[in-house]
Amino acid sequence: MSPTIFLTLAIIAVVSAMFVVFAKNPVHSVLSLIVTFFSIAGLYLLMNAQFLFVVQIIVYAGAIMVLFLFVLMLLNLSADTEPQKSNRFRVIASASAGLLSLVFSAGMVIDATMGDRNVANIQEIGLVKHLGKVLFTDYLVPFEISSILFLAGMVGAVLLGKRTPKESKS
Amino acid sequence: MTEVTAEHYIILATTLFVIGVAGVLIRRNAIVVLMCVELMLNAVNLLMVAFSSHHKDSAGQIFVFFIMVVAAAEVAVGLAILVMVYRNTRSTDVSLLDQLKN
Repeated sequence: MSPTIFLTLAIIAVVSAMFVVFAKNPVHSVLSLIVTFFSIAGLYLLMNAQFLFVVQIIVYAGAIMVLFLFVLMLLNLSADTEPQKSNRFRVIASASAGLLSLVFSAGMVIDATMGDRNVANIQEIGLVKHLGKVLFTDYLVPFEISSILFLAGMVGAVLLGKRTPKESKS
Repeated sequence: MTEVTAEHYIILATTLFVIGVAGVLIRRNAIVVLMCVELMLNAVNLLMVAFSSHHKDSAGQIFVFFIMVVAAAEVAVGLAILVMVYRNTRSTDVSLLDQLKN
């Protein structure tokens, strides 16, 4: 049962990720990236990481992708305004990506001698109860620091997005 | 394939990561480049959760949570910078952003 679900979700994720890269219209890229994020969320659920499943859907598919869509609509970008790279550059870029995948697969072949690696799917560690306990005891300081990071990011985004008085005059 | 092992997750995460790298290199629209960076972050997150399940250690999942926090802050600031760039150049083409050369 679970290998079938894994294969389906993996194929959906890879195909929609390819579509993100090759779609001409940026809005189509955003929509297929949402599909990728949902299938990755499904894979989290397959590994019984329920907390991350919910966070993935709320934060990524909800907040981040809505932000992307908002900016796309604000700037009114479409396939006509899409800048294109020269063909020579595309070939070089694809060749470097292919070389990178070659390096990764070489690493996997070297690594394949390590013993069995079952991903147990019935376990407690991904549940909200357990992760919350760990997050608020062992990782309390990083958690508080990340809230400061959020505050700084929020202030930075507002400052950057605001028109300065000098700019609006000119 | 009778059982899903960590190897399958490694292959899937590597594929997604390479697609993300290819997108960053091929595309010139800065918004799509940012989306491909998100794709790469998600590939790493997936691998981290797989190994966390495999080792039965929750530290990996806590790290994924922090990566998501940093990614959210990064997208907010990055898109604000992009809107700023669009106001000044009327385009989101990354190859126009070479003013620092002069």
